[in-house]
Amino acid sequence: MKYLKQFGIILFVSFLGELLHELIPLPIPASVYGLLLMLTALCTGILRLHHVQETAAFLIEIMPVMFIPAAAGLLDSWPSLRPVWLPVVLISVVTTAAVMAVTGRVTQLLIRRERRREK
Amino acid sequence: MRDFFVHSVFFGAVLSLAAYELGLLLKKKWRLAVLNPLLTGTLCVMAVLTLLQTDYADYNAGAKYISYLLTPATVCLAVPLYQQLSLLKKNLKAVIGGITAGVLTSLIGVFLLAKLFSLTHEQYVTLLPKSITTAIGIGVSEELGGIATITVASIIITGILGNVIAEDLCKIFRIEEPVAKGLALGTASHAIGTAKAMELGEIEGAMSSLAIAVAGLLTVAVAPVFAKLM
Repeated sequence: MKYLKQFGIILFVSFLGELLHELIPLPIPASVYGLLLMLTALCTGILRLHHVQETAAFLIEIMPVMFIPAAAGLLDSWPSLRPVWLPVVLISVVTTAAVMAVTGRVTQLLIRRERRREK
Repeated sequence: MRDFFVHSVFFGAVLSLAAYELGLLLKKKWRLAVLNPLLTGTLCVMAVLTLLQTDYADYNAGAKYISYLLTPATVCLAVPLYQQLSLLKKNLKAVIGGITAGVLTSLIGVFLLAKLFSLTHEQYVTLLPKSITTAIGIGVSEELGGIATITVASIIITGILGNVIAEDLCKIFRIEEPVAKGLALGTASHAIGTAKAMELGEIEGAMSSLAIAVAGLLTVAVAPVFAKLM
């Protein structure tokens, strides 16, 4: 029963996220509202870790498989993608690597500078 | 027989899970970063659909129950984030600095390359939100006058790419701090990157989850400014 209850709580928070998405006219999805709501609930003690922990771990573990249906949908968007596929792919490759490198290096630099200052 | 695939409720879901399992097997056997289960799984689904001449819509009639779990799973990313909250507070400046630098790199990068390839304004704004999570990206793209289907395609390509190159890229650029790795993955390739960050470790996963939300919201705020540039 533990899992069912946990899954119920997680779905309820997702539902509240959907509600906020409906009420607030911003391009922010239900999932991001839900994430912030869940974090707030845990921080304020409205929810305790044991209310959601095991089911949350399971859902996060199987997360990659949830992207397969959307990714296979590229088959369907191919007609609109075809005329621009080369720039789209090149821009994706270059910027993804650049963003990852810059974010990682900048964060690491700031962390290490802070750490040196503490010493 | 084709009619059966078209009307089956379970075909799409079973095919997705089987394809992913096959992807896991291949990865276990050869241990190459390119043999990413999400990538091989997706290609495998595409191949089967093409071979069986089944429409994506018929496949998705069953597969959508897997996608359905994506919102609850994203909500659950709050749990590891909560568990690493003290680490987040301790590194707050670095976290905000890193994500901001990443978001600006993405927008500036798309701008420069769009100029280079002389894309139209419509194509340019379509690609602006390519590094953020799909649901926010669609909203941004539509608001700026982009083409949503191409935005989704570029977001997915970006996600899979980030998921595949992450480990090698972190090695090449000597990104060693778990916090930095996590933020890099989440900022560059949203939830698909986060799936990889979760495999790397708890801190990486938590930071990557945080980056999805922060980078997404930051892009909502800044992308309209960039849209005016071209």
